Amino acid sequence: MRNLLLARKWGSAFVWALPVLFLALFYFYPLGSIVVFALQRLAQDGGESLRDLNWAYLGRVFGFTVYQATLSTILTVIAGLPAAYLFARYEFRGKALLRSLSTIPFVLPTLVVAASFNALFGPRGWANLAALNLLGFREAPFTLTNSLTAILIAHVFYNLTIVLRLVGDVWSRLDPRLAQAARCLGATPWQAFWKVTLPLLLPAIFSAALLVFIFDFTSFGVILILGGPRYATLEVEIYYQMIALFNLPAAVLLSLIQLGCTLGLTVIYHRLSEIVTRPLPLASQKRVLARLSRPSQKIFAFLIIAFLFVFQILPLLALVGRSFVYAGWERGERGLSIPTLSFTAYQEIFINRRASLFYIPPIRAIGISVAYGLITVFLGLLLGLAAAWFLSRQHDSPALERLRRSLEPLILLPLGTSSVTLGLGFLLAFGKAPFDLRSSPLLIPLAHTLVAFPFIVRSLLPALRSIRPRYHQAAAVLGANQWEIARRVDLPIIGRAVLVAGVFAFGISMGEFGATALLTRPEYPTLPIAIYRFLGQPGELNYGQSMALSVLLMSITAAGMILIERFRSGEVGEF
Amino acid sequence: MINKQLSLILKWSVILLLISSIATACATPTAAPAPTSTESPLLTVMTHDSFAATESVIAAFEEEHQVKVQFLKAGDVGSALNKAILAKGNPLADVFYGVDNTFLSRALTENLFEPYPSPLLTEIPATFQLDSQNRALPVDYGDVCLNYDLAYFAEKGIQPPKNLGDLTKPEYKSLLVVQNPALSSPGLAFLLATIGVYGSEGYLDYWKNLVENDVKVVNDWESAYYSEFTVHGGSRPIVVSYSSSPPAEVIFAETPIDQPPTGVVTEGRSCFRQIEFVGILKGTKNRTLAEKWIDFMLSKPFQEDMPLQMFVFPVNSNAQLPEEFTRYVVIPTETAQVDPQAIEQNREAWIQAWSETVLR
Amino acid sequence: MEALVLQNVSKALENQQILHNISFKVELGEIVALLGPSGCGKSTTLAVIAGLLDADQGEIFWKGQSLRGIPPHQRNFGLMFQDLALFPHLNVFENIAFGLRMRKLSSAQIQQRVQEMLVLVNLQGFERRDVANLSGGEMQRVALARALAPQPQLLMLDEPLASLDRTLRDRLALELRHILRQMNQTAIYVTHDQEEAFTVADRIILMKEGKIEQTGTPHEIYQKPVSPFVAQFLGMKNLVEAEILYENGQSWLSLPWGKISHPSQKAGKGLALIRPTGAVVDGKEGLQLKGKLVQKVFRGDHCLLEVQCGAELLSFSIPCSMSIPPENETLTLTIRPESILFFAR
Repeated sequence: MRNLLLARKWGSAFVWALPVLFLALFYFYPLGSIVVFALQRLAQDGGESLRDLNWAYLGRVFGFTVYQATLSTILTVIAGLPAAYLFARYEFRGKALLRSLSTIPFVLPTLVVAASFNALFGPRGWANLAALNLLGFREAPFTLTNSLTAILIAHVFYNLTIVLRLVGDVWSRLDPRLAQAARCLGATPWQAFWKVTLPLLLPAIFSAALLVFIFDFTSFGVILILGGPRYATLEVEIYYQMIALFNLPAAVLLSLIQLGCTLGLTVIYHRLSEIVTRPLPLASQKRVLARLSRPSQKIFAFLIIAFLFVFQILPLLALVGRSFVYAGWERGERGLSIPTLSFTAYQEIFINRRASLFYIPPIRAIGISVAYGLITVFLGLLLGLAAAWFLSRQHDSPALERLRRSLEPLILLPLGTSSVTLGLGFLLAFGKAPFDLRSSPLLIPLAHTLVAFPFIVRSLLPALRSIRPRYHQAAAVLGANQWEIARRVDLPIIGRAVLVAGVFAFGISMGEFGATALLTRPEYPTLPIAIYRFLGQPGELNYGQSMALSVLLMSITAAGMILIERFRSGEVGEF
Repeated sequence: MINKQLSLILKWSVILLLISSIATACATPTAAPAPTSTESPLLTVMTHDSFAATESVIAAFEEEHQVKVQFLKAGDVGSALNKAILAKGNPLADVFYGVDNTFLSRALTENLFEPYPSPLLTEIPATFQLDSQNRALPVDYGDVCLNYDLAYFAEKGIQPPKNLGDLTKPEYKSLLVVQNPALSSPGLAFLLATIGVYGSEGYLDYWKNLVENDVKVVNDWESAYYSEFTVHGGSRPIVVSYSSSPPAEVIFAETPIDQPPTGVVTEGRSCFRQIEFVGILKGTKNRTLAEKWIDFMLSKPFQEDMPLQMFVFPVNSNAQLPEEFTRYVVIPTETAQVDPQAIEQNREAWIQAWSETVLR
Repeated sequence: MEALVLQNVSKALENQQILHNISFKVELGEIVALLGPSGCGKSTTLAVIAGLLDADQGEIFWKGQSLRGIPPHQRNFGLMFQDLALFPHLNVFENIAFGLRMRKLSSAQIQQRVQEMLVLVNLQGFERRDVANLSGGEMQRVALARALAPQPQLLMLDEPLASLDRTLRDRLALELRHILRQMNQTAIYVTHDQEEAFTVADRIILMKEGKIEQTGTPHEIYQKPVSPFVAQFLGMKNLVEAEILYENGQSWLSLPWGKISHPSQKAGKGLALIRPTGAVVDGKEGLQLKGKLVQKVFRGDHCLLEVQCGAELLSFSIPCSMSIPPENETLTLTIRPESILFFAR
């Protein structure tokens, strides 16, 4: 009996110690290393590095960062909710495919997204070509690049799936009878949404919005490539201070400011969510899902699907098109001549034309990317499940309870940390004893896990929290120990959330470039690395090959998502 | 039921994980020789992402010196250099290649390199040897120049620009796209070219004129070249790129062509020359091998391999240029000159003033 | 006066026909129970009446007006769900006030009406309570108060007591009838429990597989079930194979233990129902039945007997005052002819 108690105690210690150790070693230790290093430099130059900072300018940068992130988040939530509703409440043909496809943007490297948008809305993109040639416009009507609009659209493009998945998941489990009850009590559909559904979805919406905001707040590539030089976020400024000026103290100071904002926001979020979260009445999927029968429903579904198609899928298709169709347009300012179909780029990626030492065989890059992705899913789910499980319940011991309260806001910090700062921190921390990992290929999936970890925990928490404590009590009374409760009660209930978390972890790893670029070794190239390598050189074929590889990345990610969706659809109705 | 599903997923992910890790292990080219095998020592070369070389050329070096060369690519030049500085004292590598004259002063101030007066320096013109103590040795150079769309100018019947001054003329209004010097290496080079020509007092006035002539600024070379440049579907027929871009256009043409679609402005000191250096990282335990490697980089086989791999020019006077280069490249006789020390000292001020003038 | 009329309503869900040509009427002020086993289409019928689902065919009228195209919130019908669907984000007061707020009542009116409702369901003082912390019976009352507060023209209750224990259910069913009667509320009460239906309803509509099997007052249905299904569903157990024969110009009901004169139209096989209360020990008139007493259960005013008669195990409920032999002994029962019902095949 004593042994059993002891084992139980150690078992639950394992649950919280694992994520705590992981965060300590792979987040706080590198971050601390770079902070200490920056302080040393500051001491060396007697504070000069911080003296000449243009605070008025930095204030404007900060203001713009908050502004664009707020705007992007609001737009993403507004655009995502109707789609989440459609997916959560209706069954229609092609739903799983549409859901998978709309997740792809989230995982694409920024340069590929920029290329997609250019292929669609650029000066010579499909939209403008169609307008010029078919509609008889004299000038290209779409001038998206280098504008706030481009930033906002790209952010919505990227993050819509977060709202779609996180809110959609809760929505699909929300008992539709609540809204029906409101309808029978005289509420219009709109009132039923505002008064009943929305308040119940608020925790999920807050959760998704927080993630979206942090992503937008720390946005780098989108701002750089689609926003153009007139727009700078804190992250861009950190990169500039760090890389171009090598002003480490300034870069670290800005990183800490950015981090402080994330932390502050997270704390506010937790106060809010403690107020609004409550166990939700669950319903089985089968009862929830309806067919599109009324004309109004069909029109609504059509509009949503059309929106998703234009903003989520069309840019991807444009990219696919761009990888096959060559700059068939004549050079100069004339319009489009007949585009030529060509598979050259796809053939070329398999040939080491220049006998280069650094040639990346695509199969190898795919293998490595997928391997990193799976390791990330595995590590991420292991750590994420442990952390989320620990965070989701009340603990008897006051020390554990304190740990739980302080750990929760910390989970999100890796997302809000400048990747260039953290990347250099990794280098400082793991370049020497006692943790000399610099030659370990595991460093990259570990970095990916760090990025995916907050996401996984966030995806799992609302589901775990919605489990009524009574289920645990019931299971405990029936003789289940903590492990068995987790396995037989919690896991089945949160099954879908686990799948969502897995999808995101896989996607994040497949598309991650920032940390990978700083930590990568030529022997272990990922697909995004290969894409960037081709993009960095002039020549039509280089561009074509980078597009071809982007399409490969997209296809493999899509295949992974669809595979996971298959598991998901098998479970419908057995909830 | 769902329990079954989940355990199925779990089972599959473990299987997939195993398969993929085995695949990765097998795919590793250097997996066979274990790191413990002391037969061939390891030489690590830290460099930037753009580094490239022909496999057989490197293999010849490895063969000759019974060494395994490992490359550490660490992002763009700035990132790579910063990583090297952060690892100072416990270097990540033995040799660092790729620091250019815009970053040279930082590397030297940070005391990153050990001096090495390679015997091959005699084959290299003195103008490239910017470090008198030979801590950083020149390897190659490239000229950042204005590129233009030949077809565009032929069609419009106007002359391509001849020098920087032309760009402020009305006939070249709304034709130019440049990169942000704060974030892009060619962008900085072009800014330095304007400073070289107009001086640190006059360059802002020049940029004011450029702004009035509707210059477009983007953040990175990729956006400028592949999105804005008319040759690749954009709307700007003049772009800041490299003098070696035209041969790359020929070599990487989708359907074979014998003339590049782009031309380069080489006159009027309008180009800025980027010279790349190599140095032995302080604290290396492989000093002898590192010296051998530097000699190798400065020697003919490697120097002649560089142009078609990295689209840069060899500094060794004895190295022959490949045919594509001799045919399609004009090497500017005179380039804009800015002292590396002045670059490091004024970089921030120059860029800030530029931002306030151009971006407002 | 006819309040609600359903005319040939059909509905299919997911390619499965749930309702086949359902037609019935509900009078104003009447409490009608929709009774049937689960899956027979009761809840779907309610959803169609409430407007949450559209009927594929057929028409629904309220006081002569077709309800086609009128959305749920404009019908002024109340629906109390099986799992209550209390809003977890609102307290007791706000749950009850919800429908009143939708009707834009003044806050004073709302205050007053909610108080009335709380008194009605005997939950005074519960205003600020969180609905998650209520007991099952309290939740039930809140849901009822919420449904009643806006004074719906028609109140529909979908298995409102299903999740409660037997005693509570019996008490609440009575209370419910009392409240509904008191308010002269027109109501449709869906349940699978015949006792509940008998307690609450004025009239019962018995459904089977999407069709109406029988309609009538509780008494009528109990006295004259139209099919073995109804009999069985009402808990009557003694169903045995039987046949109508014509002999000597007279019709007889042939049972395994003999035959008995039976007024019937047609010869043929079928099932006979022997009412449990239709037997006496050692009686004179009727069918004599001899069997072994397997079990005797004392139930206060009556005794429950299980008797093995040949292959059949029959149960009877007779006054304990009769001389009942001990268990495992043989006993002879007399069945009154009017206690035997025959269902032709």
